[in-house]
Formats: sequence, structure tokens, C-alpha cells
Amino acid sequence: MTTQEVRLCGLLLQEHFGDVVEKVGTHLIRSGVLNLRALALETKLALDLVKKSLCVLVQHGMCTFGAGRRGPAGPVEYRISCERIIHMLRYPRYIYTAKSLYGDTGELIVEEILQRGQMTMSSTVKTVADRLTHNMPEGQSMDYSEVVSAFSQLVETHFLQRCPPVASAGPSDSGAVDPPPPAVTPSEPENHPDCYRVPYINLTGKGKRRRSSEDGEADQRAAKKAKTDNDECGDEGIFWQVNFERFHLHFRDQAIINAVSCKLDQTSSEIVRTMLRMSEVTTPANAAFTQALSANEIFRALPSNYNIARPILDQYLTLLVDDPMEFVGKTGDSGGGMYVVNLHRALANLARATLESVVQERFGSRSARIFRLLLRKRHLEQKQVEDFAMIPAKEAKDMLYTLLSENLVQLQEIPKTPDHAPSRTFYLYTVNQLPTARLLLQHCYKTVGNLIERRLYETKENKRLLEKSQRIEAILASLQATGAETTQLTEVEEMITAPERQQLESLRHHINKLDSSENQVDETIFLLESYITSTQASR
Amino acid sequence: MGGKGRGIAAFSFNVEALGLTRGSMPETQKGPTPLFPQIEYKPGPLKAGEDEDYMRALKQEMRGRMKDLPFNIKPHTGKGDVERYKEKYTKEIKKIEAGDWTPDWNSLPKELKPQKKIIKKKIDKKLAKISSKDKKDMLSKLDELEKKGDAKSDEENEEKEKEKGKKKEGEEEEEEEEIEGQYDDEELEEENDYIANYFEDGDEYGGGSDDNMDEATY
Repeated sequence: MTTQEVRLCGLLLQEHFGDVVEKVGTHLIRSGVLNLRALALETKLALDLVKKSLCVLVQHGMCTFGAGRRGPAGPVEYRISCERIIHMLRYPRYIYTAKSLYGDTGELIVEEILQRGQMTMSSTVKTVADRLTHNMPEGQSMDYSEVVSAFSQLVETHFLQRCPPVASAGPSDSGAVDPPPPAVTPSEPENHPDCYRVPYINLTGKGKRRRSSEDGEADQRAAKKAKTDNDECGDEGIFWQVNFERFHLHFRDQAIINAVSCKLDQTSSEIVRTMLRMSEVTTPANAAFTQALSANEIFRALPSNYNIARPILDQYLTLLVDDPMEFVGKTGDSGGGMYVVNLHRALANLARATLESVVQERFGSRSARIFRLLLRKRHLEQKQVEDFAMIPAKEAKDMLYTLLSENLVQLQEIPKTPDHAPSRTFYLYTVNQLPTARLLLQHCYKTVGNLIERRLYETKENKRLLEKSQRIEAILASLQATGAETTQLTEVEEMITAPERQQLESLRHHINKLDSSENQVDETIFLLESYITSTQASR
Repeated sequence: MGGKGRGIAAFSFNVEALGLTRGSMPETQKGPTPLFPQIEYKPGPLKAGEDEDYMRALKQEMRGRMKDLPFNIKPHTGKGDVERYKEKYTKEIKKIEAGDWTPDWNSLPKELKPQKKIIKKKIDKKLAKISSKDKKDMLSKLDELEKKGDAKSDEENEEKEKEKGKKKEGEEEEEEEEIEGQYDDEELEEENDYIANYFEDGDEYGGGSDDNMDEATY
């Protein structure tokens, strides 16, 4: 847990869950594992607030608990996973992906489950149907069965998974019916056999449109009714959560396909897309390459609107294999040629391209040339760098030292004599891709933290103005609902003066820019994180 | 550092190996780097398109909505001053939107469950105990009264009745307060002027009073 990660986690927790959860979460990140009493003592918060915060964090899957150092008889210890908190940055991307794959229904399902952490199928279906009905024109409503089918599709393609059952923790349960398992921690979701099985629920009906003009009583009645309905649905205790890993695999595939289409052409990217689609379910998560596919299978599986002849497909495949990016590799000749997609190699190349582009944008194209040179040639002396890069000595020196001071380039000493005398030592410049990627990742976390803080600062500076504009909007909305004349509306609108309006406009523009930047930095974060995880897994 | 050569910077190794010459050393740092350093190469423009706009809108919406969900835990605010008029309505609206949230207790460690239920049971038991015990005591005391005709025990009985009444009041208040989510011991004690026994936290409600019954009354 680096400083930047902790800072970013704190900011994200505060934005989404408030100050109390932020305090609890940050403290738990810094101290590793703690039990409830110690946590309450050290954060100096009331015990029930700490309990509630822990409930919220566990609900959202960011905190896990388990038997502590003293074994199952001792107090339960809690641990926070930083990366789950940082995934909160990526929520809009998950929702947008669900929308592009499964339409509005899928989008709303994923959004609801992301906001609530875990939900049962029936409550999700009801909430989503209500929301969809709300947006539909009068008289129409969304049928539950459509939502159920969208939900089932999401589960079939593994985008949603059941929450793993937890062996009940706590010393008082040692007398339970089954002999308690030695590890009291919740199991991995994948180990559960029913992980992706949709339960049978008895749920029919349509979404209800919420009428805002009805008084609170009717709503309360409806709420009570909804509660009693819940009990009849038959899927108690089965909670669903979003399967982030599956989304990440999808993003990774998208990145590879985009890269191929940028480097080669649309048809090649279609071929790679087909290959990835075919090996979706057969390839384990962190594999270095997909299962081998024969050219015959690929030909059969190509989408029907791509009418390319068989020999042309072979040519494309040969091109892909020969490409220096090495996205596709050939592993055999049976069945017209066995081809695999080199996932790890592709990720490494994408990460390398990111690093090179960062150096280019920050230090200029000549420094980028030196950087690329060092990446390819591994170790070079000062003189060799100048020669290979074809840059005059003085400037090359300057650039190398700038890169060195930024830690993007390292110096390696190779002594000629055992006494390491400097006059008789080789000094070689080198670039190591993995540590440099980690460094850049930390820079990204720091960047996002800075962006969030700047946004909070801008909002705070203009708080008065924002509140005023919100109040005026509320007044306008209520006036319009009760049918007021245009003169009244214009009068209310004029309560905001023109310079204030301009200030509001520029504030909105800044905040939009900061938000978009966060999303874009998160794409880089995803790429670098995937590369680092993939490298570690392949070791 | 290098060897001291009469003020001339001399290094112990052949500096040319690194490509440095005497005159081309970079300047020494004169202080911390500026907070917003000048950048030579301006950053490129952001990606702009429908996708990005949509994702940004999603992000802002989610941020706004999460503030209203019950997951957003607010610190304890003191009871403070008078409850504002609008709070009655804002509370209702917020309740309709957010709803109360109870997590699935099966998947959480038992210690995270709030303790209010246990206290309730305790009070019930103790109340029940008090009432049955009290009744027996009352009967026995009444018997004694008949025999002795003691004024003092009359007072004790009156007190016992007041205590029972207070306990019932106290329990109702407790329930109310727990529903609000606050469990404030001292308020209970202050509300009732008729405290005969002063009991501290940790003492059981019923047990304490039983023991103190025979002490002097005021």
C-alpha cells in the first residue's frame, strides 16, 4: 500500500461513503489487519459508527474478515483490499460496457448492483423495472420477465456472479450443525459450484411508475407491499455481485482488438476478435495465451457479413503472425494451422507503447528515441547511445540525465576489477520495463488523486454559487410543474446575474474536464495494472 | 566525494567515461523544485466523443446518488438545537428514496450486528423478573405489613411501584431512542425526577433495584 494508493483510496471512500467510512477505511489500510475493538480505539470513533462502516465496506466487497492471529477463538480481524476501492474509478466504464452489450436494461442492472454492492435477484429486477418504467412514456411499463432475461444473460456470460457463502464467523458458532471449517474466511466466489446458476424465482408483474404527486402515505403503502412481496420470491440469501475480473478480461480483449485495427486493418481486427470470442470460456483468467484454434475453426466462426475466402484468411493470419507486435502466434500445422493469441505478449507491447508515449509527450521525441533504443538494446554505454540515436553528444547527455533523474532510466555498473575503481568500470544505461511500469502506475494514482482534490477545491470555492443555482432550479421546476406563466419563470431565471451565469458555466466546464481526465487516466491505470498482474502470474 | 584538489573539483575516476567534461556539469539544485514546474511540452487534448461524455455523465450521476444512499454514513451530530421545520419533510423524502438498509447478517461476523436487540431482551427478562419477583415481594411485604403495620414498608412499596413505572417508561424510551439510533444513558436518568436508586452503566436494571430495596429511603 503505497502512499499514493492510500491517498487515492481515502479520497474515493470519502466521495462515495462519507467521512466516517473514509476514516475507518484509511486507518485499516495503513495498519493492515485489525480487529473491531482496536479499530474503534485507534480511530477514536463511536463503536456503532465503526460497526456500520465495516458493514458498508463488507457489503461492497472492499473489506474481508477472517479468523485472526489467535485462531477461530479469537476476535475477528478485518482487512481491506486497496484495489477494490480503486476499482470504483472504473464504475462508469463497467456500466457503459454493460449498456453496449445488453442495452439499457443491462446497464441499469449493473448500475444498481454496483451502487448497492450486493443484491438479490428479485430486488434488482423490481428496482430496474421501476426505473425503466419511470422513463417510459405514460401508459407503458416494463415487464419483469424482460429484466429477468437480461439478468440471466449477464449471469450466463459471467459478468455477474453469486456472492460466496461465508462460513459463519465468531466463537459462538462452534456448536453449529456442520463441523466448522478450519478457515473461517469467505471462500473465493469461483469455488462455489452454483456460482453462475440463476435461481428460480417466482416473480411476475410489471414495473410500477412512481407518481411524485401522490402523498407519502401511498408510497409508504407501496413500500410495505414491496417488502412483503420480497418474501415470496424464493431467492432469499442469494446475493449477486459484479464479476470485475470478467469485465477486465473484456477490456483487455477490447484493447488488443483496437491495437490490431490501428496497426493493421479492420479485417485483421475482426479475425482477432473472432479468435478471442471463441476462446472466452476456455481460457483461464491469467493465461499467457489462449487455447490453440485451427484455421478451419476460425473460418467457420467468422461473422457472416465478412465474406472473405479461405486463402485470404490464411494470408491475414500469416500477416498477423509475422507482425513484430506478435499478437498472434502459430503453434502447429494441423487443421490448416493452429493459432493462438499471445495475451501476455500483447499486454506487454501495449504497456511498452504506453511508456514510450509518456516519455514522448513529456520529454520530446528525441528523448523518446533514446528511451526506445534502450528498451530494445537493453544495455548501452554513453557513447553508444549517442551513436545509435544519432543525436549530438551534449544533447544526448542532457536528455539521458533528465531521464535518469526522473527514474525512467537506470545506471548499471559493471566493474572490470574487483576493487570497483570508477576509472575501470563500465557504466551502462538500461531500462527495465516492469519497474518502470510500476513507477508510472504510481504516478497515475497520484494524478487521479490530484484531479479529485482539484475538483473538490473548485466545488468548495464556488459552493455558494452552486447552492444558489440548485435552489433556483428547484424553484423553476416546481413552478413549471404547477404551470406558471413565462413572466414568472423569466423573473426567477433572472435571479442569477449574467456574470454569475458565466462563472457557473466555466465551473461546469472545469469540472467536466476534470472528470473526463479521471476517466482517461483510469484507462492507462487499467492497462498498466493488467500488464503487471499478467507478468507476475506468468512468473 | 572527489579528492580535495585545492578547490579544484577533481574526481577520483576518469570522468570522461560518463561523458562529462569539466565545463559541462549541470547546475546544482538551489532549493526544492517549484510546485508547478514549467512544462516544455504541453499535454495533448483529452479524448472527446459520445462515449466519453456518456461515461462522464454516468460518473457525475453516480456521485450524486451515492450521497443519498444509506451507505453514506454520517457522523453523530449532537442533538443540538431545535429540529428545523423542513427536516421533517426532508427526512421523509430521503427515507422514501434510500430506505433503510439492513445487511444480510448471515454473511457478516456476529460482532457487527448492533447490540440493541440484546438489550431489549434483557429489559424484557428483567422486567418480567421484576414483575414476578416484585409481586412475590409485594405479597410478602403486604403480609408483613399486616403483621407489623409498619409505615416504613408502605413507603418502600410506593417506591417499588414508582420504580416499576419508571422502568416501563424507561423501556419505551429506550425503544424509541434505539429506533433513532442513539442510546443515551444519561438522558433516561434525567427525564424522570423520581429516581430513587442511582444505578450506573453495567448494572442490570432489575438486579440492582432488588438489592437496594432494603436500604434507607428518602
